[in-house]
Amino acid sequence: MKQPELIPHLFRTEFRKITAVLCKLFGIAHIEIAEDIASETFLRAIETWPYKGIPENPTAWLYTVAKNKAKNYIRRDQVFTGKIASQIKHTLSGIEEIEIDLSEQNITDSQLQMLFTICHPSISTEAQIGLALRILCGFGIDEIANALLTNKETINKRLFRAKDKLRTEKVKIEFPGAAEINKRLETVLTTLYLLFNEGYYSESRDTVLREDLCLEAMRLTYLLAENEHTSKPVVYALLSLMCFQSSRFEARKNANGEMILYQDQDETLWDQELISKGMYFLNISAQGDKISKYHLEASIAYWHTIKEDTHEKWENILQLFNQLLQIEYSPIAALNRTYALSKANGKAAAIIEAEKLGLTDNHFYFTLLGELYKGIDDDKARKNFQKALSLAKTQTDKQTIQKKIDIL
Amino acid sequence: MKDFLLIYRMNYDAIPVGTPEQMAAMTKRWMDWIAEIAAKNKLADRGNRLATSGKVVRADNVVTNGPYTEIKESIGGYSMVKAGSYDEAIELAKGCPILSVGGNVEVREVSVL
Repeated sequence: MKQPELIPHLFRTEFRKITAVLCKLFGIAHIEIAEDIASETFLRAIETWPYKGIPENPTAWLYTVAKNKAKNYIRRDQVFTGKIASQIKHTLSGIEEIEIDLSEQNITDSQLQMLFTICHPSISTEAQIGLALRILCGFGIDEIANALLTNKETINKRLFRAKDKLRTEKVKIEFPGAAEINKRLETVLTTLYLLFNEGYYSESRDTVLREDLCLEAMRLTYLLAENEHTSKPVVYALLSLMCFQSSRFEARKNANGEMILYQDQDETLWDQELISKGMYFLNISAQGDKISKYHLEASIAYWHTIKEDTHEKWENILQLFNQLLQIEYSPIAALNRTYALSKANGKAAAIIEAEKLGLTDNHFYFTLLGELYKGIDDDKARKNFQKALSLAKTQTDKQTIQKKIDIL
Repeated sequence: MKDFLLIYRMNYDAIPVGTPEQMAAMTKRWMDWIAEIAAKNKLADRGNRLATSGKVVRADNVVTNGPYTEIKESIGGYSMVKAGSYDEAIELAKGCPILSVGGNVEVREVSVL
């Protein structure tokens, strides 16, 4: 790798590791110091490497600089020494002996413990996602703002408030105890699920960034699956779902970034390796005795990897949505269930059910009604599509609906 | 939105034992029906089935085999739905598969303490 690409690449992979380890060492109250030291380390690389050349082992170089900077910081700052050095768990016979452990094991543990800290119930989900992107995924503020379709100021404020909250709540950076882990894991999984969805459904034009979001969510979920404290069936179920969903990443948008609906996708573009990984994780997830919404969603996604329309396929999808809705209602699950119903039992039966859903502020609702009436009553189909068009907000949605009207 | 308890009753002695396929088909009808309610966001609690045998405790430590010997019909299960009115709750109950096999659904508004 050449120098211009090397530093951004290392920034993406190493910034988060250094930050997590230092933050774990200093405590959540000093999260900004950890971030600053990590940033300064990269600044030093940018200043030095062009003149002295790339070191033989760039990562080791970064770790050494980060360690020295951390030690210097502790030595220099009396306030810091007084306030924090006493909190550092390692026995302190002298600052020189502080162990800054950048081993692979400690990096992974620190990142996972930070994941639990960041996904603390005391801060909002959107703040959790922002912090996870910044601290655990090494995203810049610009990138986060772009991915979440907002501006830098909003993200900065959001992160500032969230860090402040974690500080005042004195949230510890550690694995939750056995009694608490399932409950806390639930919050972590929700955040990872939403992080993945941000990437998968984002309106952002930046395809690379959107894929990165999905990959990061998968990477963090995989870390959970690999760890003895957290390798639970529900984690594998989420991982399976993410694999199945991302297997269609290439197929679901065309060159202009327009959405290609499932039935129109070129299935040769589906990533077979991710599909088989999804099946592998889904099998492991079947070990427990509890069916989570991720199990059901992963199973639904599994059936979608079979392109051919059979009664068996849609009947299975219908039953899975039936179970999913009993665990947790969502308008989109209700609409998808009705679509599955039309595939399993015919459009006429589905129209009766659809009319009763009453989701009259939802453009997907009218799009579904339009689809169901198509071929049965094209006039009603058109009226529903037009209603959908008037409710749709994004350009992509409007284009998709307009196309449906045009071919009616 | 108020909560309404749906109580499923029927004479369980009178049900002919079906083939596994018939039983599966019946389970599917229940699943479809409950999910229809859930899809309208009207399901508060899917509830449970009740075992066919039971006991009745009366005053003076009298315990009899139940549910009730004097009537054939017994409660087979219950669910909780959300509805704006009795009429709406009744509409939801009308699709219950138990009606097709001679049973009935009692709809009771929950009066919150």
